[in-house]
Amino acid sequence: MTRTFRPDNKFPRSADTTQMKIEGLDVHIGASAILKNVNLVIPDKQITCVIGPSGCGKSTLLRSMNRLIDSTEGARIEGRILIGDEDIVHSGEHITELRRRIGLVSQKPSPLPMSIFENVAYGCQIHGIRNRRKLRLVVRHYLEAVGLWDEVAERLHTPASRLSIGQQQRLCLARSLAVEPQFILADEATSALDPIASRNVEELFVRLKNDYSIIMVTHTLRQARRIADHVVFMYLGEVVEAGPAVQVFDDPQHELTKKYLSGAFS
Amino acid sequence: MVDGRILKDRAAGGVMRILTITAVLVVVVMAAGLVIKSMPLLESRPLGGLLFSSEWKPLRGEFGFLPFLAGTLWVTAIAIILALPVSLLTAIYLTEYAKPRVRKYVFPMLDILAGLPSVIYGVWGVLLIVPFTGYTLLAGGIVLGVMILPLLVSLLVEIFSTVPDALSEASTSLGATRWQGIKRVVLRKTFPGIVASVVLAVSRALGETIAVLMVCGNLPRVPQSLTDAGYPLPALIANNYGEMLSLPLYEAALMFAALILFTVILLFNVTSRVILYRVEKKFAL
Repeated sequence: MTRTFRPDNKFPRSADTTQMKIEGLDVHIGASAILKNVNLVIPDKQITCVIGPSGCGKSTLLRSMNRLIDSTEGARIEGRILIGDEDIVHSGEHITELRRRIGLVSQKPSPLPMSIFENVAYGCQIHGIRNRRKLRLVVRHYLEAVGLWDEVAERLHTPASRLSIGQQQRLCLARSLAVEPQFILADEATSALDPIASRNVEELFVRLKNDYSIIMVTHTLRQARRIADHVVFMYLGEVVEAGPAVQVFDDPQHELTKKYLSGAFS
Repeated sequence: MVDGRILKDRAAGGVMRILTITAVLVVVVMAAGLVIKSMPLLESRPLGGLLFSSEWKPLRGEFGFLPFLAGTLWVTAIAIILALPVSLLTAIYLTEYAKPRVRKYVFPMLDILAGLPSVIYGVWGVLLIVPFTGYTLLAGGIVLGVMILPLLVSLLVEIFSTVPDALSEASTSLGATRWQGIKRVVLRKTFPGIVASVVLAVSRALGETIAVLMVCGNLPRVPQSLTDAGYPLPALIANNYGEMLSLPLYEAALMFAALILFTVILLFNVTSRVILYRVEKKFAL
């Protein structure tokens, strides 16, 4: 997808090449350390897959990136997460504006209790866009971007919960894209889907990386192999190894990575 | 071969079915009893006259129930109008904004409030509300509103806690504020639950007797404003049952009052269920 048509210029991108840099990130929940001294560079306009066994802190890492972690009871976050020059951990900017720039696609699709149209328009409306004509353009544009338009054009005003689960997931992606984020966080975004729907969403991510930096937590090594440009392997709250996918998969440097990739543990 | 545990299972199922049927039958028997006991009145007067006449002069054989019906509806309406916004905001605060420590102290207090006998609310109303309002519908509505508040708050808190985290997070991650998410996602998602809670609270309010009776004034006149005295149906029954039963038709009249109350609650429940069903179907909630 090339961005020839931007139906909405309310959300200008600050700079078109912005990478995310994480420096010395520690996250505690209560007394337990979930993330320990995480240092990472998330390359711009690529797919970064975060892999690692359950409980290694992948989701917490993702939830720190848009500060959803704030709503977790007893969570403390230290260190820096930089987008450009801006530290989002200690940002003076209001957190809602920050979150707009970082879209989230969750594991299970979570359509809002409203129509298909309203689901996509929701993000724009909460940021103050009321013009119906403009909203219609935005909705159409992003439903097309996720390949859903032809399937739902005739029933835009029916409840989103009536869509199939694969369609719901693409709808949720369209909803995130509609507020023009720079980053898309995907937390096992295909694990609840059937193989075909899952492949659809995967292909969608590959197309979207021309315009967005995608950070994807996945449990499926094969999926990471298919789509990752960059891989981060985590274990017990620490980044064990990070680098270009080719390097991490074909020539892992660390003993733990080798074991994990060979299936010694999962 | 049927062994012991399967027999026990069948027996348990059977017993529970019989108990359930009995519970439902009790309601039917109550309704039938009320109808039979009101028959002497219903046979001698037209139904429309009984319901819509405001003349209540038992000594002269005039039985118009409009003052009581109106009193009941007024007091209940005032109570729900006062209690609903407060309990909605309280429940939202407790589920979405409050720290767990606050919740830990507030929930037990609500339970205590909900468990207080209504006569205590009545006394409180006489001491603290009546000096400002007099013995009026408004006093009854306020006391009743305060009474159903803890019930409504606990019900609504339950309802709001059923909203999946993923849904609020979806809204939050788009950059919505908490309040935006509450208005557009939480309230919408929980609308059927909110209606169901209100139905429960209203049913409770319609039948509440003692507390209202103590502050309402109990004059059998159709109230014209909030500051008139009122005489709700339950108060009429409680005040008069056992007295003046020597009067012809008086017992039948009180039974008919109970029947009206029964019917109002029944109609209200059925209507709201139908509405709920339609809403849930339309919005696929």
